This record gives sequence, C-alpha cells and structure tokens, in this order.
Amino acid sequence: MTVRVGVVVFPGSNCDADAMHALALEGAEPVALWHESPELLGVAGVILPGGFSYGDYLRAGALARFSPVMRSVADFAAAGGLVLGICNGFQVLAEAGLVPGALVRNRSLRFVCREVTLVPERLDSPFTIAVGERRPLRMPVAHGEGCYVADDATLDAIERDGRVLFRYSRPDGTPAIGPDDAANPNGSLRGIAGVANAGGNVAGLMPHPERATEGILGSDDGRAIVASLVRSAAARAGGAARVVGSTGAGPTQRATGATA
Amino acid sequence: MSDQPLAAALAFRYAVHVMPKAGILDPQGRAVERSMPHLGATGVRDVRVGRRVELTVEATDEAAARAVVERLAAELLANPLIEAYAIALIGAVGGAVGGAAADRGSGT
Repeated sequence: MTVRVGVVVFPGSNCDADAMHALALEGAEPVALWHESPELLGVAGVILPGGFSYGDYLRAGALARFSPVMRSVADFAAAGGLVLGICNGFQVLAEAGLVPGALVRNRSLRFVCREVTLVPERLDSPFTIAVGERRPLRMPVAHGEGCYVADDATLDAIERDGRVLFRYSRPDGTPAIGPDDAANPNGSLRGIAGVANAGGNVAGLMPHPERATEGILGSDDGRAIVASLVRSAAARAGGAARVVGSTGAGPTQRATGATA
Repeated sequence: MSDQPLAAALAFRYAVHVMPKAGILDPQGRAVERSMPHLGATGVRDVRVGRRVELTVEATDEAAARAVVERLAAELLANPLIEAYAIALIGAVGGAVGGAAADRGSGT
C-alpha cells in the first residue's frame, strides 16, 4: 500500500491543498486531517500546512496549538512520528513547544512574499535525505511573522546538536546569517529558516516547499524536501508501505539523478 | 488589591498585560517610536508595544480565580519564550466586594 501522509486542515489553512498535491507528486497518499478530530487515520507522517489558522489571532499558531488534532499530533511526535510544519505550521509547532524557539514579527514589519534561497545544514535528517546535491534550494516565503528567535543558549544548543536544518542563503549558497542580510527575508537570528526537535522527527520550516514542486511554478526544488518526508515516512511505516512514483519522478530517482 | 474584602464575590475580573521580553526585538515598538518625531515629540525612547487582555473568572475565591488566570497567561495569553506577563485584579462581582477594585470592574 501507498504510504499515507496526513495534512492537518485548520480553519484558515490555505496551503493544505498544495501540500496534498505535493505529497501526491511524490507518490504518497495525502490524507486530510480535520482540526476538530483527534483521529490521525493511521498516517505515517503529518504536515501542518501554511495559512492563517484561527485568523492568526493572539499570536500566529497560538490557538491552533490547542485544537483536538494537535493533542494527537503531539502524541504522534512523542512516539517518534514524522511531523513537518510549514510556515504557519512551523508557528503552530513552535507555540506548542514541539520545536525550539519562536516566530515573531518580521524585522521589516512587512508581510514578505517572495522567492528565497536556502541551504540545508545536514543531509541525513528525515526532511533532507532526498536533497542530494541540489542547493541552494529556491522556493517562496509568504509570512508576516517569520523572524526566528530564541535565546543565545538555545541557539548555541541547537547549532551544537545539529538541529538547524535550513538557513536562508544568498543565491550563491552563502548562508545569510546576519539578521539584516538582504537574503534573510525576515531577520531570523543566525539566518535560521528551519529547525528540528531533539529527536529529529519534528521539523519546522518557514519557506514553502509545497509551492515549489513544478517548473511552471518557478521552481521544483521544494520536491526534494517533500520527497524526503515521504521517503522517511515510508521507511518508518515498514515494508507494507511503498512510494509510487506517480509522475515518473519519484524520490529515489530525484536523489540520485541530475540535481545541479 | 489582595487586601480588599472579596470573599463573597463570585467572579473576578483581571487584566493580563503581555509585553515583549527585554532583549526580544519589538519591530512594532520601533516603528511607533520612529513615527513620533513626525508629531514633533522628541526625547522619547524605548517604546515597546504589548497587549492587554481582560477576562472575568468565576470562582469561589480570588486565589482560585488567580490560579486559573496564571495558567491561561502562561500557556495561552503569553508565549513565555518571547513575552512576559503581569496579572492585575481590576474588579469583582457577585457579593460584598471591596472599594476601588470593584468600582473599576466592568463585571461583564
């Protein structure tokens, strides 16, 4: 059977359909998970998609955190299940304490909607194993509260433990570490675009890989991240689940193929 | 205000003030500050923008009500990683309540 990956749908989610499309492209069976239901429907991985859950009231992600589905997602994560939060999903994970740090108002005070480049810090995470040599990765950001902050001790700890998964970069791949670097779209400390929890099975990412899955969208670099998740979920689901390359460009081919 | 005679009250109204922690960038406060010279105001600095949340809690006594507010403030109203909060009792309803605190409360 095909590996099933859930996509949580909160009121105000607006990237859930994109995420499901991206999962299908990588051969997974996308499963919509309604926020009011604690049922995860047997999925082998979960995406918390982008959007404006609960209207971003109070703080982005603060109210979604307490929805019934999130209790199940937290249990799933505690049991080692793979969870990827994208944009608002990252904000929800941070509010829930499932990944370190917080996302605050962009340093510019502006909603930033543009393409960025980012580089992976490691290629052995469940969320980067299919990235291969492809970098920097081009994909959009679209957020008003994407400035990653944490205290220095936390930043030092996550750097030391290899929990920084992605940093914003200049087009040549040089990490945009400075908060005022023009290639750092929101002023994130140390240029951090994505982080993982201590177990490495929960990740938050501010840019949108699911919006960069086909050439016609301007980039298909996001597929490397979605493919990583699908492949990792399939491996964890065991031999019963497999990934079908519905587009003829499955993750295995991508990882070893032409990845300039 | 804990010295007010609030024992007979049934509901307590609080204000929770949430502010960005010291050291956390507050771009909103910075933007507000930068607009002040346009009003001719000079010598103003350290502008920080926060949030005030008011709520009424039904409880048998103030300590029980405050415990509820404490939990809500720490887990929901503020994100302790980036924000600090302060809780103030601003009113009470439902019984013989004390002076100024009750007078200011909207008791809704």
